[in-house]
Amino acid sequence: MIHLQRRANPSKLMGYLAPVIALAMTLLAGFLLFALLGVPVGEAFRAYFIDPISDSYGLAELGVKAAPLIMIAAALSLGFRAGVWNIGAEGQLILGGICGGAVALYFYEVESAFVLPLMCLAGVIGGMAWAAIPALLRTTVNANEILTSLMLTYVASLLLSFLVHGPMRDPDGFNFPESRLFHDAATLPLVLPGTRLHIGAPIAIFIALAAWILLSRTLLGFALRVNGNAPRAARHTGFSQAKLVWFSLLFTGAVAGLAGLFEVAGPIGQLNPVISPGYGFTAIIVAFLGRLHPIGVIFAGLIMALSYLGGETAQITLNMPLAVTGVFQGMLLFFLLAADVLIHYRVVFGRERHYVR
Amino acid sequence: MPEVSLFTSTRRALLAMAASAALALPGVGMSADSPLKVGFVYVGPVGDHGWTYRHDIGRLAIEEKFGDKVETTFVESVPEGADAERVIRKLASSGHGLIFTTSFGYMNPTVKVAKQFPDVKFEHATGYKRGDNVSTYSSRFYEGRTILGTMAGMMTKSNTIGYIASFPIPEVVRGINAFTIAMRKVNPDATVKVIWVNTWYDPGKEADAAKTLIDQGVDIITQHTDSPAALQVAEERGVLGFGQASDMSSFAPNAQLTAIVDDWDPYYIERTQAVIDGTWESTDTWKGINSGMVAMSDYGPKVPDDVKAAADLIREGIVEGTLHPFAGPIKNQAGEVVVAEGEVLDDGVLLGMDYYVEGVQGTLPK
Amino acid sequence: MSDDPSTFVLIALTVITAATPLVFAAMGELVTERSGVLNLGVEGMMLAGAVSSFLCVHLTGNAPLSLLVGTAAGIVMALLFGFLTLSLQASQVATGLALTIFGTGLSALVGQSLIGVAYEGLPKLSVPVLSDIPTLGPLLFQHDVLVYGSWLLVPAVAYFLNRTRGGLVLRAVGDSHDAAHALGYRVIRVRYLATLFGGACSGLAGAYLSMAYAPMWVENMSAGRGWIALALVVFAVWQPGWVLFGAYLFGGITILQLHGQGIGINVPSQLMSMLPYITTIVVLVLISLDQGRVRRNAPAAIGQAFHPTT
Repeated sequence: MIHLQRRANPSKLMGYLAPVIALAMTLLAGFLLFALLGVPVGEAFRAYFIDPISDSYGLAELGVKAAPLIMIAAALSLGFRAGVWNIGAEGQLILGGICGGAVALYFYEVESAFVLPLMCLAGVIGGMAWAAIPALLRTTVNANEILTSLMLTYVASLLLSFLVHGPMRDPDGFNFPESRLFHDAATLPLVLPGTRLHIGAPIAIFIALAAWILLSRTLLGFALRVNGNAPRAARHTGFSQAKLVWFSLLFTGAVAGLAGLFEVAGPIGQLNPVISPGYGFTAIIVAFLGRLHPIGVIFAGLIMALSYLGGETAQITLNMPLAVTGVFQGMLLFFLLAADVLIHYRVVFGRERHYVR
Repeated sequence: MPEVSLFTSTRRALLAMAASAALALPGVGMSADSPLKVGFVYVGPVGDHGWTYRHDIGRLAIEEKFGDKVETTFVESVPEGADAERVIRKLASSGHGLIFTTSFGYMNPTVKVAKQFPDVKFEHATGYKRGDNVSTYSSRFYEGRTILGTMAGMMTKSNTIGYIASFPIPEVVRGINAFTIAMRKVNPDATVKVIWVNTWYDPGKEADAAKTLIDQGVDIITQHTDSPAALQVAEERGVLGFGQASDMSSFAPNAQLTAIVDDWDPYYIERTQAVIDGTWESTDTWKGINSGMVAMSDYGPKVPDDVKAAADLIREGIVEGTLHPFAGPIKNQAGEVVVAEGEVLDDGVLLGMDYYVEGVQGTLPK
Repeated sequence: MSDDPSTFVLIALTVITAATPLVFAAMGELVTERSGVLNLGVEGMMLAGAVSSFLCVHLTGNAPLSLLVGTAAGIVMALLFGFLTLSLQASQVATGLALTIFGTGLSALVGQSLIGVAYEGLPKLSVPVLSDIPTLGPLLFQHDVLVYGSWLLVPAVAYFLNRTRGGLVLRAVGDSHDAAHALGYRVIRVRYLATLFGGACSGLAGAYLSMAYAPMWVENMSAGRGWIALALVVFAVWQPGWVLFGAYLFGGITILQLHGQGIGINVPSQLMSMLPYITTIVVLVLISLDQGRVRRNAPAAIGQAFHPTT
């Protein structure tokens, strides 16, 4: 029989090797999947992993797609480490977009340098305000944040729908559900001219790094880590449980709100009924794929973003329906998540031995 | 379409023209041996059995018509946010000479990408922004709703019709109004009850809305959402209904009176032909029943002969241009005349329609 | 139906069909979570159940067999989840989300040939004599088999969890796997069984969608109901009876807001559509005021991986 045996210490080597093994397994399973569906295997892999990033525009798009995932996932991983289950980052993102976008529309006639910073501030505040509701309910009446944050996501998306179908729609837009296009002063500066890579991408990396420092070098970070494992012990760090809940939710809310603002002020350039293809939810996977480590999250975000771009390319170059991408993406994630078992366990062949401790 | 019937006889000559045109347009990827690549961007999955499904049937019609002279590509479920621009651009940069973007939310990304690819032709559905290489197209589905309204007005016994609506956009409001105006012409006592479900397709919720309307006393249901769920409920509960986007009679063999069928085939074939011919120009197409873009399915078994005759008459009037669905007098909900007798609502107002006409219950959410 | 059912009965019937898939999915997830496993892949398992049962009924016309196939599809998906999270210790939260992506794609792939295929829906089984009682008859005794099933499932699960030895073991495993292990219970096996039960229920919930609620297959037809089911488990503070209440409350508010629109309440529909979500939050707050019950029922070890040699 094959069984798992716990390592005395987590394997550093496997920490790096596990994703490689997972990738190899994905290639193998993908080979079977594509062969089964009658898709040329080599071309399929090229469409998923190489074509999307074979030019500077593609690389820039990878950054555009990965930035919101990375920044939200980095923030979420702090909260998840502390045992705070905010699964409503999507709603916080939407509120950030709404508030930031409202500022852009309010100052529509104003071409001034203060507009964009003000939008960012509004986005951050919007996201924080939305996250403050679950925080308040959790810390006052102990209402579970899984439910409250999730339900508020639906409320947020209906609110956005209401606003762009009514009060915020373009007055010259034949009553179609979209706002005016933001002025140049209200759109994000580009990092790479000729592409859509905006300043949100470096900021996302900066946020991940900041989260890493916060987690590994500060007392607050220590308290967050302790709280996840032993909530009672966390008190001895000087941070109450309530403070940690508030911090986790507000921090994620702020970052998600900023990410939402970056979407509307960056690649979209206006308020639409849909401003995010579920970044807030995908970021949860990214957080765990990155092992709840802000640096790991950067790589995980890039892989996840690549798999979406690859899905588009596979449809364009191979006429492969999106459904196949879902299956392939699922497999990739399964392998990546499962391979991490090798960090803590070794696979042993033969009979299981029970240790007497 | 006349263009289509001409096509077979002159195919060879046209292809020769296309080949020479391709030499003059580097990057478009047309030549005698490389087929024209036609790309489609879909907002939903092909399997939605509604809006996107019908566009995909149009895509297949292109393949059927032109054979190996074309290659088609589609990208489905593209969110109307940041992703759209990338997908459209990818299609443009990978040798597609003609790209259809089939949802309103793709308007600004389409226009933006079109500026970067002046040699590629873009076709945006349901929008209003055009450019040298961007056309817009849409169907006057409301003409079909005029027929439905007539039939419903004649057939209702409870004098209340249920209308399941998706989102309060002009397209949907226009449909509600066209339906109501026609209904009131044949039955001034009838009214329309509207429920907004805030989704284009969620079969469960559409079924819930249908049941709610029936429980409130409607005996005919019509819808501006994608799935056949409401019709299934109508069939089960013994009331009547209309199909949307496709002929849905297999889901409701008794209940479906007729269906408005989105038929993009003629337009897609015509535009593809134009690119092959090198005659493509930026146009604003908004055509209805007489162009074939809006088709009506066969009448269901429950439609009496007099209703069929009346519906046929309306249809003929629309086709011949003698009957305009928005001809005055039209009153708004307050009973004020907004379009005087002898006048016709112009396309600009129709495009942005944001009020209900008399006969619709409730207020329009704004 | 007997005579003319009252408006109340008619509304209630609509609520019942809207709530039934939520009851199944949430009851399954409740059992899974009580064993300490958090499976966020309910949506994916529902879609697998929906497409496979519809495929089966399309091919064979055999409704009971199709319900079994839908159940089995949910179980297979749950088995995949169990293997990754229980045997290989992968993160439950992330694996559950990945399962939803996988299930959405797989169901779309399998369902490609089913677009536009009609099915008349599960037959209604009227209970003789009882179904003729005015009001109560149509309300309680004229449903399809899955509605009755959902009503039986709730007391059955409650009885199992609270009154049987198996239920005790399951709860012990969910509260402290180390203690349960020390007592000699096979933690992983219990969790596997609870996870598979959750998969079976989600599969049935999906089968209800495609065979009864709106008998058809269209891609992604669950439209987020798996997520609502997850929220309902939390809402119910992990108690079966409250799941039933929560599902009917959520379904009820959804239907009532449609009725509100129908009678012409002058509130934008998007704001009306927020009502079920906001109500759920408000009621949860009220429930949470009873801190004792929350603490008694919340599985303490939820989401935590377990390995016998740890």
